[in-house]
Amino acid sequence: MSMTDSMPGRRKFLQTGALALQAGFPAVLSAQSAQPIKVGVVGCGGRGTGAAAQALKADDYAELTAVADVYQERIDSSLERLRRAAGPKVKVEKEKQFVGLHSYQDLIASGVDVVLLATPPGFRPQHLRACIEAGKHVFCEKPVAVDSPGVRNVLESAALAKQKNLSLVSGFCWRYSNQIRATMDQLRNGAIGAIVGYYATYYTSPVKPMPPADTRPAGISDVEWQISHWYNFSWLSGDGLVEQAVHSVDKIAWAFQDADPVSCVAVGGRQIPAHGGNIFDHFEVNYLFPNGARAFMGCRQIENCYNENADYIMGSKGQITIGRGPLPRITGEKTWSFEGARNDMYQAEHDALFASIRQGKPLNDGVWMAHSTLLAIMGRMAAYTGQQVTWEQALHSNELLTPLSLAWDGSLTVPGLPRPGVTQLL
Amino acid sequence: MRAAIFLLTLAAASHARIDFVRQIKPILETACLDCHGEKRSYGGLQMHTRKHVEEGAFKGKVLVPGKPDSSLLYTLTLLPSNVARAMPPGGPALTPEQKGLIRQWIIEGADWPVTLELGPPKTDFQDDKELVRELHRRISERQPPHHMEPYRETIAGTNVGFDMVPIPGGEFTMGSPASEPGRRNDEGPRHTVKIAPFWMGKHEVTWDEYRLFQFAKAGVDPAVDAVAHPTRPYVEMSFGMGMHGFPAISMTHHAASKYAQWLSARTGSFYRLPTEAEWEYACRAGTNTAYSFGDDPSQLGEYAWFEANSNGKYQKVGAKNPNPWGLHDMLGNVMEWTLDQYAADFYGRRGQLAFAPSTTPYPHSVRGGSWNDDPSPCRCAARASSDPSWKMQDPQLPKSIWYHTDAQWLGFRLVRPLQTPSPEEMYAYWNNGVEKE
Repeated sequence: MSMTDSMPGRRKFLQTGALALQAGFPAVLSAQSAQPIKVGVVGCGGRGTGAAAQALKADDYAELTAVADVYQERIDSSLERLRRAAGPKVKVEKEKQFVGLHSYQDLIASGVDVVLLATPPGFRPQHLRACIEAGKHVFCEKPVAVDSPGVRNVLESAALAKQKNLSLVSGFCWRYSNQIRATMDQLRNGAIGAIVGYYATYYTSPVKPMPPADTRPAGISDVEWQISHWYNFSWLSGDGLVEQAVHSVDKIAWAFQDADPVSCVAVGGRQIPAHGGNIFDHFEVNYLFPNGARAFMGCRQIENCYNENADYIMGSKGQITIGRGPLPRITGEKTWSFEGARNDMYQAEHDALFASIRQGKPLNDGVWMAHSTLLAIMGRMAAYTGQQVTWEQALHSNELLTPLSLAWDGSLTVPGLPRPGVTQLL
Repeated sequence: MRAAIFLLTLAAASHARIDFVRQIKPILETACLDCHGEKRSYGGLQMHTRKHVEEGAFKGKVLVPGKPDSSLLYTLTLLPSNVARAMPPGGPALTPEQKGLIRQWIIEGADWPVTLELGPPKTDFQDDKELVRELHRRISERQPPHHMEPYRETIAGTNVGFDMVPIPGGEFTMGSPASEPGRRNDEGPRHTVKIAPFWMGKHEVTWDEYRLFQFAKAGVDPAVDAVAHPTRPYVEMSFGMGMHGFPAISMTHHAASKYAQWLSARTGSFYRLPTEAEWEYACRAGTNTAYSFGDDPSQLGEYAWFEANSNGKYQKVGAKNPNPWGLHDMLGNVMEWTLDQYAADFYGRRGQLAFAPSTTPYPHSVRGGSWNDDPSPCRCAARASSDPSWKMQDPQLPKSIWYHTDAQWLGFRLVRPLQTPSPEEMYAYWNNGVEKE
């Protein structure tokens, strides 16, 4: 199975950009546009709250009518911030504030038109499917799954969304950045010749470090404890490579025109105490693409080390550098630097989503967002097992990280840290 | 001028002496007073007054001025920590810098005013008015400078320092004439502003200094630790443009003000952001032309990093010619925060105000232009204003109150007024009170 068949290429993205520019309500829409678009958000942390603010800004008549989270306190603080940012557009009655692991179902049934999915990624495939089946447009944060069955689930949802003419916009934000789009246009237009290699770095501090086990409050269930520290559990976050460095993996996928890779090998491990979590704190992945070109993804989440978040795209005639200095640039036979206006890529995602809904021209980022997510999962599988992993193996893997059923007060034992050479490829 | 140079030499000589209040007292209070204070006298020793220390302990002389090697106060700190008499016992050993300070202080005669009583350190400061009163007390306890000379301050326990240049008080004409090419309306009306003397950073604050604040770990001084610190930056904040010797960038107005408070707590001198008027006064350095070197933008490259010569990034501080008062990179390199809320019409309604106090998070006045600008925004009178889009790369709500990740051409430098302000004024300088989301 190839995932590239319906890949939206550069042209499609340029159209998306054009749509975004028209989001200021062209006259043809004026009759329709006073009709509210009702928005619900699932996951009211910093990202979900940010996404809600962007959604409300994207359309004059967008309004927030429902929210869901596992904690009422987080809903309260999120709504307070949103009221400051968007005032009267926040219309969430108390009975439309849904709390609990299954609250997304109530939210979907509450009469919303658009759902913003911003929980930890382990829940994403299930949430996305429920939204699409119920006929909701979706903003879907990255990554879209943490395991291969989840990716396949998302692909089915993406296909269903297409049938139903629903918009499905991805939170892989760089695809909505003016400067990175312009850079990828340069690449497509041969500014550095043929692509021969891609080195991406995502060396940072820990994102949400796991606290020592003795700080766990008495009486808190395994499930609640793990969700409270979701980043540190592979079933919830997918690990740092899949949760965070996936932004760079997505740029790699984009640069290789979302082509399926052949295989990858990887190293990875954990240096700092896991405190009961089970994610690595560093990875280095080497991807092989069909034309013999390779992509290298290095990421680390350890304090006090050399930090860098950059992309070096090496071509037969030059190099593209992103993230070293404020603007992307090309050196080699041709020199170039981005000179246009920088945009707010997070806002652009929502501008595109709401414009597509208003115009009845659904956007569907589903296939490539699943493809980029699987590319990262494939790297993690290679690092965890120590084996070379082919794209076919990754795509058809039956390794399921997310438990099939969960209860908020349930017990849940997670596997220990993976051990290359011992951990099996499933 | 000759007199000033003479005073400068004198002052420089005295500046090297160990300052008991600032450098020794905190060490003794933290490391010794718990067991050897007013309440406890382990080993028969109390150390809360000079008199008690001079009386000594059962086991010998604790302090012999001029002779560190005969003073238990010093020698016991040298023992390996697993030896029974090693001081302080149980806790962390003194750092080599702290031991060196004590040794030097004893060599210099162990100055300790007889009336100055030590107390156990207060450990539960919050970043509030009480903390500012404590910092004000410490700053005021130091010998106030009577004369202004350039100085270099090294941040204790590090080899990182910074240079301060005296700026004489005076009057100047703020703003630009209507005839100045590139002028915008917010640069007028021109008006006279009176400026009190202050020191100004010779350079923009560099990463070397700022990272001490960003990555500070709780240390021996609760009053330093209590200053609100930035969240740890999660990505590499120079974006590959360079760290050592390069200007710190992308901090909010709040973060720059908190750095000033932290530096004041660390050094015992009062620092703050410059007012917009102080900034322009120091930038002009007695000139009234478009640039501090004249009106000809073709010479700008000798004094400033701007779009035409910056190679698309900031550059090391101090590499270009200084202005007539010895300040580097006032024009170009990175734009610099000022204390003022920006208002296009402020010059017409300033009255007697020294600066425009903040009432909203945006905009604040930013000066000097940057590596990313044409010559015109690098003029002495040119004003820029901060904008929420400077943190649009932050996808979260609330957005960070510490970082303007998109403002990769934004930095700052600090001033130290000759006249130390009141605690209430200090609090207002360090807390603009509006950096909320």
